[in-house]
Amino acid sequence: MIINNLEELQAFSEKSKQALNRQRKKVLVCAGTGCVAGGSLEIYDRLGQLIKERGLLADLELEHEKEGIGIKKSGCHGFCEMGPLVRIEPENYLYLKVGIEDCEDIVEKTLMRDEPVERLMFSADNHIYKAQEDIPFYHKQTRMVLKNCGSINAESFTEYVAKGGYEALRKALLEMEPMEVCQSIIDSNLRGRGGGGYPAGRKWSQVLKQNSEVKYVVCNGDEGDPGAFMDRSIMEGDPHGIIEGMIIAGYATKSTAGYIYVRAEYPLAVERLRIAIGSARKHGILGKNILNSGFSFDININKGAGAFVCGEGSALTASIEGERGMPRVKPPRTVEQGLWAKPTVLNNVETFANVPLIIKNGSDWYKGFGTENSPGTKAFAITGNVNNTGLIEVPMGTALKEVIFDIGGGIKNGKKFKAVQIGGPSGGCLTEEHLDLPLDFDSLKKVGAMIGSGGLVVMDEDTCMVEVARFFMNFTQNESCGKCVPCREGTKRMLEILENIVNGKGTLEDLDLLEELSDTISNTALCGLGKSAASPVVSTLKYFRNEYIEHVVDKKCSTHTCKALASIVIESEKCKGCSKCSRVCPVNAISGKIKEPFVINKSKCIKCGACLEACPFNAIREV
Amino acid sequence: MGHMIIDGQRIEFGDEKNILAVIRKAGIELPTFCYHSELSVYGACRMCMIEDKWGSTMTSCSTPPKDGMEIKTNTEKLKKYRKMIIELLLANHDRDCTTCEKSGRCKLQEIALKVGVRKIRFGQGKKVMPVDDLGPSIVRNPNKCILCGDCVRACQEIQGVGVLDFAYRGSDLQVTTAFNKALHAVDCVNCGQCRVVCPTGALMIKKEIDRAYEALQNKNMRVIAQIAPAVRVAIGEEFGLEPGAISMGKIVAALRKLGFDNIFDTAVGADLTVIEEAEELMDRIQKKQNTMPLFSSCCPAWFKYAEQKHPELMENVSSCRSPQQMFGAVIKEQFKRQQKDDRQNVVVAIMPCTAKKHEAARPENSRNGIRDVDIVITTQELAIMIQENGIIFNELEEEALDMPFGFTSGAGVIFGVSGGVSEAVLRYYYKERTASTLKGISYSGIRGMEGVKEATVEIDGRQVRIGVVHGLKNAESLIKKIVNGQERFDFVEVMACPGGCIGGAGQPIPQNSDVRRKRAKGIYKADNESPIKRSEDNPAVTNLYEGILQSKREILHRHENHQN
Repeated sequence: MIINNLEELQAFSEKSKQALNRQRKKVLVCAGTGCVAGGSLEIYDRLGQLIKERGLLADLELEHEKEGIGIKKSGCHGFCEMGPLVRIEPENYLYLKVGIEDCEDIVEKTLMRDEPVERLMFSADNHIYKAQEDIPFYHKQTRMVLKNCGSINAESFTEYVAKGGYEALRKALLEMEPMEVCQSIIDSNLRGRGGGGYPAGRKWSQVLKQNSEVKYVVCNGDEGDPGAFMDRSIMEGDPHGIIEGMIIAGYATKSTAGYIYVRAEYPLAVERLRIAIGSARKHGILGKNILNSGFSFDININKGAGAFVCGEGSALTASIEGERGMPRVKPPRTVEQGLWAKPTVLNNVETFANVPLIIKNGSDWYKGFGTENSPGTKAFAITGNVNNTGLIEVPMGTALKEVIFDIGGGIKNGKKFKAVQIGGPSGGCLTEEHLDLPLDFDSLKKVGAMIGSGGLVVMDEDTCMVEVARFFMNFTQNESCGKCVPCREGTKRMLEILENIVNGKGTLEDLDLLEELSDTISNTALCGLGKSAASPVVSTLKYFRNEYIEHVVDKKCSTHTCKALASIVIESEKCKGCSKCSRVCPVNAISGKIKEPFVINKSKCIKCGACLEACPFNAIREV
Repeated sequence: MGHMIIDGQRIEFGDEKNILAVIRKAGIELPTFCYHSELSVYGACRMCMIEDKWGSTMTSCSTPPKDGMEIKTNTEKLKKYRKMIIELLLANHDRDCTTCEKSGRCKLQEIALKVGVRKIRFGQGKKVMPVDDLGPSIVRNPNKCILCGDCVRACQEIQGVGVLDFAYRGSDLQVTTAFNKALHAVDCVNCGQCRVVCPTGALMIKKEIDRAYEALQNKNMRVIAQIAPAVRVAIGEEFGLEPGAISMGKIVAALRKLGFDNIFDTAVGADLTVIEEAEELMDRIQKKQNTMPLFSSCCPAWFKYAEQKHPELMENVSSCRSPQQMFGAVIKEQFKRQQKDDRQNVVVAIMPCTAKKHEAARPENSRNGIRDVDIVITTQELAIMIQENGIIFNELEEEALDMPFGFTSGAGVIFGVSGGVSEAVLRYYYKERTASTLKGISYSGIRGMEGVKEATVEIDGRQVRIGVVHGLKNAESLIKKIVNGQERFDFVEVMACPGGCIGGAGQPIPQNSDVRRKRAKGIYKADNESPIKRSEDNPAVTNLYEGILQSKREILHRHENHQN
């Protein structure tokens, strides 16, 4: 059904709202990638089956005129550590680690008798948290962009409209001039969420000014940082939010078509976007003369081919054009000559997802969140050695401490916090001294880190920072496009040096060479990715130089991460001479006489640790 | 328009597209690998970095000049970066400089020396890749490639052929062909423009010097040289002479010293081509054939391109063999007739061109299993031979060509420059032998270095449209216009290399528009100095038509059954 104009949109919205209200209960099964991997789709099927068996009406697509139970595949709820997740509305119960066997209880108790299933709820310190919003993980969050993720059926156009979707589009298209829309975004001071933090409104108005019949809107969904999955979750959980943001951008800049570039490793995101674009077209929200505004716009999906560098704007547009994904020199900038050398608005997923909120609620409302120079919220993917891994959203300027300890629930297994890598391989690491640092564009830049796309990898005291630097350098080197010399050859050499260091072959001169290379790469590489390629090394060298020195001078890794530096010793006082160790040693490195202390031949030992496990007297240890 | 302050010096700029051009105008040398004024800006070598007054670094090749801008080109910081970049490049490079053919003219070596890299602190960890020397014209050694992408862009942007591109990423990046095939197994047209721009020894001419020496030393062989027009205005560059200096007499002297038995000028072959092609064109015009226009056929890179890309146009390509092949066939025929001993006749063509090597080896250019041209050596190879034999080129006394082909016409010589074929053909049509007629032809619009030239001339009351292009990319766009009906021509002259044969890949490097302009000037000077202006006035040519060609004129043409 095509929605032709304002009246028809209002009627459709009204009807959808009523249909949504008729759902006595709503069961939202998380169908984000993490929970799907945990079996949430089977849970969804089982719940649906049980509902029908109990004679209840299962309403899958707001299709019934009667009161029923809505059962939906939603986007990511965020609390990935505890998945698969099931949320029940209107009580807002959040059930954690749900298994197939729990479905019966959920239907029997919650759906039929309005009782919670307490054993599936979050508990801490003898307190059971019934409502999702009260759980500490959620309590300190401000979910604006992620609001729909986990609270609507991610595959339903109707439900998006019922929740107020496309109202911003209506407002922009029917009540505002393109320049007003740009101005609104400028006033909101929305800054690009892709890493650079460039003001989106300024970008839009630059494109609007370009004198070209053809212009494009491109959405960067090529999220490639290790440990980052914010954009994926938004694409999977609220695809219409992105589409709405892109159409508004198209209108604001007088563009003709949009492209969403999604990495092919996100099949679910591609699928949800495909469904969303299809239904938007079907309802006339994409296509010719949208809502009778005279504005026409359509969106295509482009799947990436697996190159990290295609997250860089000019490489991304080259990739869409079918060329090899390599960044080009600027000028001309993308706003002047982007996709197919036409003026192009290029923003990332989260940026576009913010747009409908700003247009709908106004820029003043938006500026009420976050800090003055970084208004709004930011989604982060928090992973690593932290208790509550998952997807979170907090106002810009929230202290790092709050994110890691309050929302993230502190470090796993009671270990000590050591550092957090922020901004992926282009970012830097922050340490204990930064725990009070507000997370916003400018504060992070000051300490040599960056928000990047928003990946937070938390590391505990057992993490070797040299190895962390080597890991990221390995990633960057593999993902360098190879175009410019400093990035291609420089990262290769940095990786070589770091490999030498973790293998015990490093020297103090190597540290100087690392610094020299970092300086050259940062100042001479062609694109943003190259320029920031050395950041993990620079920041670990700055904050953890002692660890590097320990590796190169003492040939030691005190976290026992670097196997080449470890050595295994038998404490003669504790050894009873039972010979178990020598029997399990695969390389015959251990010898001795029975009932006398055994010894390890270091030149033979391969540090596999088999003896450590075999010793019944704890006489063997790694040093 | 405006001024910049470069290293404290005030420099006015006009329409320079980038700061690099302004810097060079200021007389400051900034090293670059990937910047060529004739190719698109790539910005990958990062050598041309400059610093603005706020200390930000940027590449000068990709930044347009701004009025009032203050920059520095040689701060300590910049020098340090450049040194590091070179060190990184060298670390990965095949460092056998002493035996590398490119040694002494390698840009990497030159710049490394200039920026002062004296030590490489990194290990040489690159795996050795196979060298592709299977093709007739170009040898590709990926171990010497610094991945500047110049060849990729030359192939793409000048020729529109695009057989080279990047593959893999990070430190595995390579310049290669589709599916890593050998160059001769892809659509490479052997023009060699890739090797012209290559800063290192990664792309080199496939040498036939050893085969030439073998023939010269073999007492049972009569070794006959033919020298192409463009060679005489370029070879001097190898010996410190200015581009465009005419060295024909010295080349003849050098070849005699090297032991060549007979030395001729390929311009005689060109004269034959002029006559044959002009008659073919007139014939087509008179018969009002709808297979117009007639395309020239003397450039082998163009010929291969047309075969591959436009088989439907092959009817339009002249049936004339190239001057090299016509002359090769004629020489062999002539010597067969007049020869008194039983020595084997070996024709060595000295060419400005790498594609000629491929042309001579094509099966249709052999008769009864014997090649018309046995060996093709380029200008550069001849220079190497001269050096290897201790001949001091600049001190050679000029010597004259041998008989019976000892005459050269200006029309034949101008084949070496883009527009020359057309001009020579027009001279054949205009029968009045006055200086003003010749001047009229030269001013018709077919001379000059523009990529596409057009001229309309009147011949026997007919308006004849002539198109002249160099660079296959230009040819392709002209063909598109012809096919679309946007343009109509009677004759189109196509040369693959910029400026025509003077810009061939067998010529000395460096090559740029300035060098090519000087060489072209040399060619026209040689034409001016030649007492014979027209092909049909060359007595050597007249003798041939009255002699061996009377019964064997078909050896001047391609034959259907020879086409592959």
